[in-house]
Amino acid sequence: MDIQIPSLSPTTPALSLRPTVPQPRLTRPHVAHGTSVDAKVLVRNLDFYYGQRQALFRVSLTVRTHSVTSFIGPSGCGKSTLLRCLNRMNDLVEGARAVGRVELDGVDIYDPAIDVTDLRKRVGMVFQKSNPFPKSIYDNVAYGPRLHGTKDKRSLDELVQHSLQGAGLWDEVKDRLMQSALGLSGGQQQRLCIARALAVQPDVILMDEPCSALDPIATGKIEELIYTLKNTYTVVIVTHNMQQAARVSDQCGFFLMGELVEFGDTKTIFTTPHDKRTEDYITGRFG
Amino acid sequence: MGERSTLMKDFWRGGELFVWMTASGVALSLMMVAGMLGLIMINGLGQFWPAALQETTLKTQETVIGQVVGEEVIPNSITPDSPAGQRRCRYRVGNRDQFGSEYRWINAADIVSSARPEDLTLVERREWGPAFGRITVGVEGAATGSASGSSWTTVKTLVERANQLRRRIEHLEREEIGSINYRIEKARLARHALTLNGRLAPADAEKDQRLLDQMTALERDYLVKTEALERLHKEAGQEVLFLTLSTGRSVRLSLDQVLAVSRPNGMHWGEKLLAYVRNLWLFVSSEPREANTEGGIFPAIFGTVLMVFLMTLAVMPFGVMAAVYLREYANQGLLVRLVRIAVNNLAGVPSIVFGVFGLAFFVYALGGTIDHWLFPEALPNPTFGTGGILWASLTLALLTVPVVIVATEEGLSAVPRDFREGSLGLGATKFETLRHVILPCALPGILTGLILAMARAAGEVAPLMLTGVVKLAPALPLDEYLPFLHLDRKFMHLGFHIYDVGFQSPNVEAAKPMVYMTTLILILVVVSLNWTAVRLRNRLRRRFAASAV
Repeated sequence: MDIQIPSLSPTTPALSLRPTVPQPRLTRPHVAHGTSVDAKVLVRNLDFYYGQRQALFRVSLTVRTHSVTSFIGPSGCGKSTLLRCLNRMNDLVEGARAVGRVELDGVDIYDPAIDVTDLRKRVGMVFQKSNPFPKSIYDNVAYGPRLHGTKDKRSLDELVQHSLQGAGLWDEVKDRLMQSALGLSGGQQQRLCIARALAVQPDVILMDEPCSALDPIATGKIEELIYTLKNTYTVVIVTHNMQQAARVSDQCGFFLMGELVEFGDTKTIFTTPHDKRTEDYITGRFG
Repeated sequence: MGERSTLMKDFWRGGELFVWMTASGVALSLMMVAGMLGLIMINGLGQFWPAALQETTLKTQETVIGQVVGEEVIPNSITPDSPAGQRRCRYRVGNRDQFGSEYRWINAADIVSSARPEDLTLVERREWGPAFGRITVGVEGAATGSASGSSWTTVKTLVERANQLRRRIEHLEREEIGSINYRIEKARLARHALTLNGRLAPADAEKDQRLLDQMTALERDYLVKTEALERLHKEAGQEVLFLTLSTGRSVRLSLDQVLAVSRPNGMHWGEKLLAYVRNLWLFVSSEPREANTEGGIFPAIFGTVLMVFLMTLAVMPFGVMAAVYLREYANQGLLVRLVRIAVNNLAGVPSIVFGVFGLAFFVYALGGTIDHWLFPEALPNPTFGTGGILWASLTLALLTVPVVIVATEEGLSAVPRDFREGSLGLGATKFETLRHVILPCALPGILTGLILAMARAAGEVAPLMLTGVVKLAPALPLDEYLPFLHLDRKFMHLGFHIYDVGFQSPNVEAAKPMVYMTTLILILVVVSLNWTAVRLRNRLRRRFAASAV
C-alpha cells in the first residue's frame, strides 16, 4: 500500500526542558552503537521500582535519532516499564520510583523542573490496545493540537489531514471524518492512535506492542508505517514478536528479568548475539 | 429405581428448581407492581365518570336520590335460612349541608322501587360538596315544576353566565387587586426601610414623600377596584336556582355558589366520555377547593416538579464535584475510605433527620441571617427565615447528595484506563483529561445518579413538612412579579397532599378517590421525570459507544 511521507517537521524547539550539564560519555560495554552525536534518548543506570519491587536494574542504552529501536524479551521482563519511563507515563502508577538518568536531547527528563506535559508532547505514545476517544475521527486527531493551543480552523484541518496521511489512514477515512472513531476496525483504530500522536508533532514516538491485538494484514500495514515514520521521527517499539523486531528495527535490546542483557544492531543481535541468554531466547529455547 | 434416582440427581444438579424460584421471584414482583397500579387506577380514575343518579323509594315511603358507590353483604347476616345473606348498598346522597353526612347505607330488603329519571340533576357547588335533586328556576317561594326542556337550557345558560362572572371576579381579585396589594406592600416596606435606623435622613425625605404619594394613589386605585368587585359580587348573588331534594324540601341555591350542573341520567356515552375527560383535565389543571377535598391539584403538581428541579440544580454540581475530588484527586488512603463510608451511611439516615437539620440550619440559621441582613424592613415577619421552596429543595439536595456521589464515582471508575493514558500521553494535563475525556464518558453514570436522586426526592415528604410544604399555598412560587421565581414562598407538594387529603380532611369518605388520584399523579410525575432523564442518558450512551466493531 502507498504511504505518504508526512510533511510534519520534527524540529520542535527544546521547549521548557531545562538544559543540564554536558552529557558524559557512555561507557557501558554492551552498548555496541550510539555515539553521543546522534543520540536522541539516553538512559543511564536506571533503576526502577514499583513500591518495594524493583522492575529495572541499572539499565543503560542510547536511542539514535531517526531510527527504530525495539525492545524484546519475555513477559514481565521490564521492557514496557522502560518504554513508559521515557515519557514518564509511570508517574501515574502509585509508588513508582525511578533512580538514574533519562535524557532527551541531553536534558534530564526526571528533573523536578521539567514540565511533564511538555515532555509528553515531545515523546508521543501508542498503546497496546487501541484507545481512540469516543469522539469523531477528526476530534480524535485534533485533540492534542487543540489542547496545545491550535484554535484556527484552517490550520487544524491541515494538521488533521497531514497526521492522517502520515499514519496512512487518510484515504480510508477522509469521507467520514465526523463519524465516531469507534466505528473503525481494530487496525484502523490503531493507525488513528498513531495519527493522534503525530498531530502533536513529537520528536519521539513510543509504541507499546502496537500490533498485539491486530490481524496479520493490519500488522503488516503498521509495520510498513513504522518503517516510513523513522524518516521523520525517532521510534521506540516494544514487541513480543521477534520477527517484527527483526523486520522493523535498526537497533534492538533484549531484556530479561529487569536487566538489559544485550543491546545493539538488530542484525548483530539476531545473527551473532554475544550473550548466551539472548541466543537461547531468539532461537526459541525459552520465553 | 436407579434410573429414577439419577433423574432426581440431575434435577437437583441442573438447577432447574433454582431457575423456577428466581423466575417466580420476578413474577411476584411484577404482579405486585401491576396490582398496586391497578388498584390505584381503579379507585382513582373512577371518580371522574359521571355516574347515574338513582331515585329509590324505601318501605318507609322515604325517597333517596344518589349515586350507588358500593355494595356488600351485611356482616353476620348469613343464616341457615338465607345462605346468601342480605345485601346493602352505599349511596352517595350529597347535600352534606342538609343531611349531615354525604353517604348512606341502604339495605336491599328495604327498597321498594328504584328508577333513573332523566331530570335528576347533579349540582357541583363551591361549598359543601355536590347536591342532588330536581332543579327549578323561578322566584323564591313559587318554585313548583321541575325544569325541563327549554327551562333546562335556561339553567345551563344561567350557570354559564355565573361562571363567566366568577371568572371576572377572580381576575379582579387576583390579578388587579392582588397586584395593587403587592405594590402597596412593596412601597410600605421601602418606606419602612428608610426609617430603619430610628429616624428619616433628610436626604431620603424626598424619596419618602414620593413613596407616600405612590401609596396614596395605589390606595385610591384599590378603593375603585373593591367597589367594582362588590358590584360584581352583588350581580352574581342576584340569580337564584331552586333545588328540590329527595325529601321534597326546596333549597335555595345562589348562582355564585354553583360551579356546574349536569344530568348524568340523560347523557349518552359520548357525552359521558366528554364529561370524563373534562373532569380529569379540571383535576390536573385547577386549584383545590374545600380544604383540598374538591377541585384540582395543579399547585401541588407544580410545586413538586419545581422543587425537584431546584433540587437537581443544587445537588448536581455539588455531588459531581465531590465525587471527582474523591475519585480523581484525593489520595486513596484511610481518610478517603472513611469519607466514603460516611457518604454511604448518609444515604441511610432517616429523612426526618434531614428535615430537622434543614429547619435548624437552613431555615433558622441561614434564613434568619439573610432576613437580618437583606430584609430587615420586613421583620418581624420572616422572608427567608421560614420554610420555603428554596430550603426544602436544599434539604432534599443534602438528602440525595450521597446517591449522586456514589453513582458519579462509579461512572468515573468505569472510564477505561486507556482513555486516561491516551489523553495524558498526548501531553494533556490531568484537568484537561478530566474535562475533555473522563467527564464526558462518565456522563451516563452521572445521569444515573441524577435519576436515582430525583426518584428519591420526588417521593420524600417528611423533611418537606418541616422546611416549607403547606396544606394550601396562596400563590405559586413562580409568577409574573419580579423576580418571577420566589424562592422564599411556601409551596404544595403531591406527597404531602396525599397525606393531607387522606388523613387531615373533614370529609374523609369523599376524599378517598382524591387520595388515589393524587397518588397516581405523583407516580406519573416521578415516572415522567425519570423517563426524561433516562432518554437523555441513552442518547449520551449512544454517542459514546457508537457501534464498536
